[in-house]
Amino acid sequence: MIYRSHVLICAGTGCTASKSADIAETMHKLLVERGIDKEVKIVKTGCFGLCEKGPIMVVYPEGATYSKVTVKDVPEIVDEHLVKGRIVKRLLLGDKEAQDVAKSLENVGFFSRQKRIALRNCGVINPENIDEYIAYDGYRALAKVLTEMTPQEVIDLVKKSGLRGRGGAGFPTGLKWQFAAQAEGDEKFVCCNADEGDPGAFMDRSVLEGDPHSVLEAMTIAGYAIGAGQGYIYVRAEYPIAVQRLRTAIGQAREYGLLGKNIFGTDFSFDIDLRLGAGAFVCGEETALMTSIEGHRGEPRTRPPFPAVKGLFGKPTLLNNVETYANIPVIINKGPEWFASIGTEKSKGTKVFAVGGKINNTGLVEIPMGTTLREVIYDIGGGIPNGKKFKAAQTGGPSGGCIPASHIDTPIDYDSLTALGSMMGSGGLIVMDEDNCMVDIAKFFLEFTVDESCGKCPPCRIGTKRMYEILEKITQGKGEESDIEKLETLANNIKKSALCGLGQTAPNPVLSTLRYFRDEYLAHVRDKKCPAGVCKALVHYVILEDKCKGCTLCAKKCPVGAISGELKKPHSIDISKCIKCGVCMESCKFKAIITQ
Amino acid sequence: MKSIKELEAIRERALKEIAIRDNENKTRIVVGMATCGIAAGARPVMNAFIEELNKRGINTVNVTMTGCVGVCRFEPIAEVIEPNGEKTTYVKLDAEKARRIVAEHIVNGRPVLEFTIGAAEK
Repeated sequence: MIYRSHVLICAGTGCTASKSADIAETMHKLLVERGIDKEVKIVKTGCFGLCEKGPIMVVYPEGATYSKVTVKDVPEIVDEHLVKGRIVKRLLLGDKEAQDVAKSLENVGFFSRQKRIALRNCGVINPENIDEYIAYDGYRALAKVLTEMTPQEVIDLVKKSGLRGRGGAGFPTGLKWQFAAQAEGDEKFVCCNADEGDPGAFMDRSVLEGDPHSVLEAMTIAGYAIGAGQGYIYVRAEYPIAVQRLRTAIGQAREYGLLGKNIFGTDFSFDIDLRLGAGAFVCGEETALMTSIEGHRGEPRTRPPFPAVKGLFGKPTLLNNVETYANIPVIINKGPEWFASIGTEKSKGTKVFAVGGKINNTGLVEIPMGTTLREVIYDIGGGIPNGKKFKAAQTGGPSGGCIPASHIDTPIDYDSLTALGSMMGSGGLIVMDEDNCMVDIAKFFLEFTVDESCGKCPPCRIGTKRMYEILEKITQGKGEESDIEKLETLANNIKKSALCGLGQTAPNPVLSTLRYFRDEYLAHVRDKKCPAGVCKALVHYVILEDKCKGCTLCAKKCPVGAISGELKKPHSIDISKCIKCGVCMESCKFKAIITQ
Repeated sequence: MKSIKELEAIRERALKEIAIRDNENKTRIVVGMATCGIAAGARPVMNAFIEELNKRGINTVNVTMTGCVGVCRFEPIAEVIEPNGEKTTYVKLDAEKARRIVAEHIVNGRPVLEFTIGAAEK
């Protein structure tokens, strides 16, 4: 069926939360009412990446990109754009002054500096329609691999591309495939780690939601390369849209014979099943993940033996991350040389980041390796809101560390981030401004790991808890200088002795903030002050007498009646009653209330 | 899926369906669809363009709409805009004329002079 217009509506988790499903439904109803439902096709796509401006809608053939669309806007879009062909300029994405032209996605600053390989189909195709994936070269790589290449040639090709694991550690993917291929075993498995657990990270979810077939295709290729017949995708149950799209995709691939017996008429047979995780952070660790697939409690075990030798059900197993797989079909189609030409010397290709925190364009970006943090934050991310100063960026989530403002021009790749004491991680990038307290941030991440520690090994179970307690003491103004040393000793011991990656990396947020923001720790400990004004116990609200006009607004707003004073005379705050909620400071029109 | 040929066939078919999302180096047929155009019968004209292009398997042409260009007495109006920017304005169209434009102008590269605005103004 050929339509004269395609309306692409983002159906990723972000835009779904802001009612994109209702928008699609309303639009369909209106199209039927206007009698043009046979002319205009609604296509639900995956994430466009610009979640901040969602829900996003793109109308073809004009390529007009609408942002922050609401259900109320739909009649106008239908009647003006789809019936009369007049673009609704007020909804166009982009700079206000440039709004008289139909801007295509590629022209928006947010997209123009990106290079989308893993996200190539996100926001472009309908993820629930295998034909659209095939139209954009889908399953061509699989066809080529099965009919023209030997398994070893496939592995050599992946090696040559320089692709490294996108889950965070950056292990060379080709080498991993080689190990799994060489391992002896009557049965082998291919697994996909879709247990994305870092707070604030949603790269893998977006790939699964926007382009599930790319993961299926890559896993099948991996199965051929290492000699496996069965694949498992371990995905968290908290990703309902991703799970549903994966199920649909697997069903379609089986129907087309792209999964199952004798694919492309060859001897090769491969199938994929889903295994849902209950959302334990530790299950993102490879040995815990496989233990969980086996049906046991998700706990890690010691390595070696590595999964390539003894993995799932004791058989040789290849485990890669979602984003790593999403790169594979493109590498095979376009060649390893092409892929290796992107990025830096030791980090090839691109990396997807989920950018969040104090940044204007919250969303998903894919950049060539070697792009500087400055470009990501200012050119793509649109800078820090409210004119605040950039303080640090946190990468790698609870396992990573922070990059301070002084290193903002560092090119982002595996090795430069490790050198800074942070890590690439799976791709969470949280931007912090001057209002963020670094001790509090470290405490936040440690609280997460304490909560998520599986409890199997003492360094992680007890050690991280003790570290958390020290941090709590510091943020409450009860810390001593010796506590900082204790923190460091504990951190280094946990790093050395914990059983798995979760414990070994748990102290990183503390170590890295200590490295760059030691003075903030000292301010908490020595001066009993929180420079950013975050740690409540260390903050006092004070009314400046010379600025207070006695308007009584703050006294009326104070929920606990801690503010008193006569009309038109300076007021004061009773510190013993104050609960430090900050309402008075927000409501004061004369900026007479400050924190100390 | 038993052969690459099968995959290619699906790819070709699907590409045709999504060709509309690619604007590069394409000829555009822009149909005036303001109140005047719609009242004069622009919708069947546009549908005729789409059907005829589809029937002939042409996916290098996008059909889009525009508002009123100001010469309402000539509606339904459609403009064929080639990738190099060259424009031909056809006026007082109907479905049959639209099909002829596809056959002669789009397929054979010869604008149908008798339907152009120049001919109508004589």
